[in-house]
Amino acid sequence: MSNKYRVVIVGAGIVGSSIARVLSMYENFDITLVEKEPDVGWGASKANTSIIHPGHEEEPDVHPLRAKLCVRGNEMWRTWAKELEIPVTFPGELMVFTNDEEEKRAREYIKLARLNNVPGVKIVYQEELRVLEPNIAREAKGAVYAPTAGLISPFEAVIAVVENAVENGVKLVTETEVLEVKVSEGRVKGVKTSKGFIEADIIINAAGLYSDKITHSAGVELNFQVKPRKGEYLLFDEDIPVKPTRILHTTPTPITKGVYAITTVHGNVLIGPTAEDLPIEAKEDTSTSVKGLNYVYLEASKLLREMPPRSRVIKIFAGLRPEPPGGHWLIKAYSDPWGFVNAAGIRSPGFTSAPAIAEYVANLISETFDIKLIKKSKWNPYRRDITRLNNRPLSEIDELIKKNPAYGEIVCYCKTVSKAEILEAIDRMIKIGIKTITLDGLKFRTYAGFGMCQGPFCRWRIARIVSEKLGIPLYDVTVKKTKYGIGDVKILWVERKGDLSENTRI
Amino acid sequence: MKTLEYDTVVIGGGPAGIAAAIKATELGLKTILIENRDLLGGIPLQCIHTGFGLHYFKEDLTGTQFLTRLLDKLEKLRVEYLLNAHVHSIEYLDYDKKLVNIITPQGVVRILTKTIIYTTGARERHLYEIGVVGDRPDGIYTAGEAQTLMDIYGIMPGKEVVIIGSGDVGLIMARRFALEGAKVKAVIEILPYPGGLMRNVMQCLRDYDIPLLLSHTIVKVVGKKRVEKVVVVKVDENLKPIQGTEFEIPCDTVILSVGLRPYLKVLEKLGIHIDPATGGPMVNEYLETNIPGVFVAGNALVINDLVDYAVEQGELAAEGAKVFIENKGIPTKNWKLVEKGRNIRLVVPHIVSGERDVVIYARVANPEKNVYIQIPELGFKLFSYGVRPAEMIWLKLRKDMFSKLGADVHKITLEVIPR
Amino acid sequence: MSKEQELICIICPASCTLKVTVEDNKVVKVEGYLCPRGVEFAKNEISNPVRYVMSVVKVKGGDLPTVSVVTRNPVHKSCIWQVMEALAKVEVEAPLEIGDVIIKDICGTDIIATRRVKKIWYY
Repeated sequence: MSNKYRVVIVGAGIVGSSIARVLSMYENFDITLVEKEPDVGWGASKANTSIIHPGHEEEPDVHPLRAKLCVRGNEMWRTWAKELEIPVTFPGELMVFTNDEEEKRAREYIKLARLNNVPGVKIVYQEELRVLEPNIAREAKGAVYAPTAGLISPFEAVIAVVENAVENGVKLVTETEVLEVKVSEGRVKGVKTSKGFIEADIIINAAGLYSDKITHSAGVELNFQVKPRKGEYLLFDEDIPVKPTRILHTTPTPITKGVYAITTVHGNVLIGPTAEDLPIEAKEDTSTSVKGLNYVYLEASKLLREMPPRSRVIKIFAGLRPEPPGGHWLIKAYSDPWGFVNAAGIRSPGFTSAPAIAEYVANLISETFDIKLIKKSKWNPYRRDITRLNNRPLSEIDELIKKNPAYGEIVCYCKTVSKAEILEAIDRMIKIGIKTITLDGLKFRTYAGFGMCQGPFCRWRIARIVSEKLGIPLYDVTVKKTKYGIGDVKILWVERKGDLSENTRI
Repeated sequence: MKTLEYDTVVIGGGPAGIAAAIKATELGLKTILIENRDLLGGIPLQCIHTGFGLHYFKEDLTGTQFLTRLLDKLEKLRVEYLLNAHVHSIEYLDYDKKLVNIITPQGVVRILTKTIIYTTGARERHLYEIGVVGDRPDGIYTAGEAQTLMDIYGIMPGKEVVIIGSGDVGLIMARRFALEGAKVKAVIEILPYPGGLMRNVMQCLRDYDIPLLLSHTIVKVVGKKRVEKVVVVKVDENLKPIQGTEFEIPCDTVILSVGLRPYLKVLEKLGIHIDPATGGPMVNEYLETNIPGVFVAGNALVINDLVDYAVEQGELAAEGAKVFIENKGIPTKNWKLVEKGRNIRLVVPHIVSGERDVVIYARVANPEKNVYIQIPELGFKLFSYGVRPAEMIWLKLRKDMFSKLGADVHKITLEVIPR
Repeated sequence: MSKEQELICIICPASCTLKVTVEDNKVVKVEGYLCPRGVEFAKNEISNPVRYVMSVVKVKGGDLPTVSVVTRNPVHKSCIWQVMEALAKVEVEAPLEIGDVIIKDICGTDIIATRRVKKIWYY
């Protein structure tokens, strides 16, 4: 019997998944990744600005960990994105200032860049600015240019990291909420979940918004509180004429990194976020507001020379960021209770830093719990992306179809997504251990439903494929949290048994 | 990859496309109809209500019955068609040479064609386009999606319904939900008048005691997992929300019937000129776009309220294709612009020749009673008891009317004047 | 004692607003119609309002799981729910042709199919 340490990671967001991937490199661990939602990355990881930050916005004396791990994470994503075939671009970022006061604040970031060893950060004015970004707003005076900034597809990143982690032995359990951490005789014993008790020697708290609840349950850091900070976004369709070529953002204020205008890796213009601190109980409030969206639109007009009209909005959404006290990440391993690890309150630059946080946590575990990490001889760093039809030359499309005719059936017109891709996505979801196939999960994996029409054309088509593949009635297909229909078209009559409908005049 | 040669490729097998393919075949053009789904028919397949064929067959048929008549004609004429075929792209090589690249389960098929008739229909506008904020729960469907679910696949979407938009599709779905036992709480309409036909307000809402809230709009949707309620507000004459008039309607289903837009994805890449009033292409009286030999008909051209118009446009486009091929291009030298006069919101076609009979389709901006629809340059005047934005105006201008046009006049103005 | 009532005619998309004068429960005058069907409609609507009922019915073994149906003749408004209840209990077998009778003799008329359904054989 091997003496592997049984590890439970609470939360399959980008932090938890990255820790799972890194720990899976070592012989020492038997890892279970526990996620309360039906799919991975449905918390803060899915609704953020998709940025891989350079690290020049972190003050090393106030937030040394954030500064160090952000720069390291920026480096690591370049490798991870290649290994895991995650869509990523590195267009560089322009922190735009429009007056002297903003310029003074912006210049501070050049100092920070030097302190944090962020390469290439410099001030650009007028001509150079316009060469770097032809679509910059006319009012822009200058900008702080950080060439190492990147953009990633955040939901695809989490999925890719998890697929690779599972490939390397990690077990994923979804729809399983950790309710309590069991501690006994100064050691962690396991977690009590909504689906039963899972034994563990090491428990890693990566529960994002709820990481305060988990650490309290383990009896440590009882003053630690995670507050939800809401960010609202507007997403525009890909065919608008004026799109930023680089990451543009307004000069940050003490609370937020500023409002961004970016062209996502998929070609859509995304503007946002707001930064609204919500009461601690509002951890489920991802509602958008007219006020928030108007603010975002107004701020973004300082960045682009021509804003897309509001009629070209294809999606309005909001995400909640986990904001820890003082903005300090809580990354620590404990000898009492032995085996408990916090990777809690990972606010911005959390996504960027995730691979580096994972590395850091692995070292913490090794040092604190006195475990000599043994690298696996056979660890597979590679994960292939879903074979997609779109953006391929016709000859390649023809070849794909000849091998598998399901590539020849297009189900999403806006994004040219084929039945084969939907089927592959379903298979991948089943393979990593997802219990309930959701249309949302398929959307994030295949892009079907992400286009201009936002789903009405294709949703029923995709649902039919799921219904057929899983052998369940069409109305039982899950959209996100609930089912597509309440039953067949006559269900209300069958249930009613003879009462007259209230909708009648006679 | 297979390459085939045709005179005409019709893209989209709904009523406009089927009619275009039939007419083109009848006119002796080597024609093929391309359809993405595994069956022909388009939207009328799911329209189980009547109101189809009043002009075309002089009968009041259900959408399904109307389609069957067309499809029988199509089969009888042995019109060629390809199912499960999705147009990936169109390459313009020359005025009479276009390459249509099609993805099918048998591989990529490339068709070299002289003309294209584009009849892909429209898409439905969604929640975010109309600026609705709030949560993003399950339970939100467009009216067309709900209709596909109920009347093709036999699924019940929900049981307590609020419908946004009082266009005909929304009204029809209100009745469908009510008949299948759901409770339809309200139909919300931002304008001070209903978007659909009054007959539908009667037989879909009044008959079932479904409240029609005019001059109201939805502010936000609330719900954790599934819709729990909507927040609705009254609007003023500028369609702006009136503070303090918000109220909630509990429901589990929101149906969006907030408008259609021509779906032109593949054509947009060819540099087609769009009329912002219709959302569709600018066309001449042959329904040809600015791209030579590319014709558009049906809802992809302009949103039609009657299928009969879509079918007529399909046939007109086929006739246009024939003229195009015979004359190596549309032979007209002197086009006359069709201008929008008083109370005209949109008009199709955008230019006419005056050399033959032409059909004009138009919509007014505001409802009016007892008006004259006129074209002063032609001395054309038609009385109408009432015009409404929801009802398309159909006019046939005969060739001889154009003789009244002065030699130096290069436009005609369509306008609506009170009596 | 005559009374004036306003009705919207539902016979065709014109949706004429009819002004109907009723005396002793009988329609004596109709104004505002564009065609004679409006007069017929007005007379019926006052004394014997009828409606076509259109819905779908579940199908077994067909290329689509439902068939659209309509009452052959319009039924009295009060009968609509009886028709709907009956339709909920029915499941028909493919193939179906337009005009096929789905339910015979309900509320004084039959329910007929309005969509063609082809039979699918499963192996």
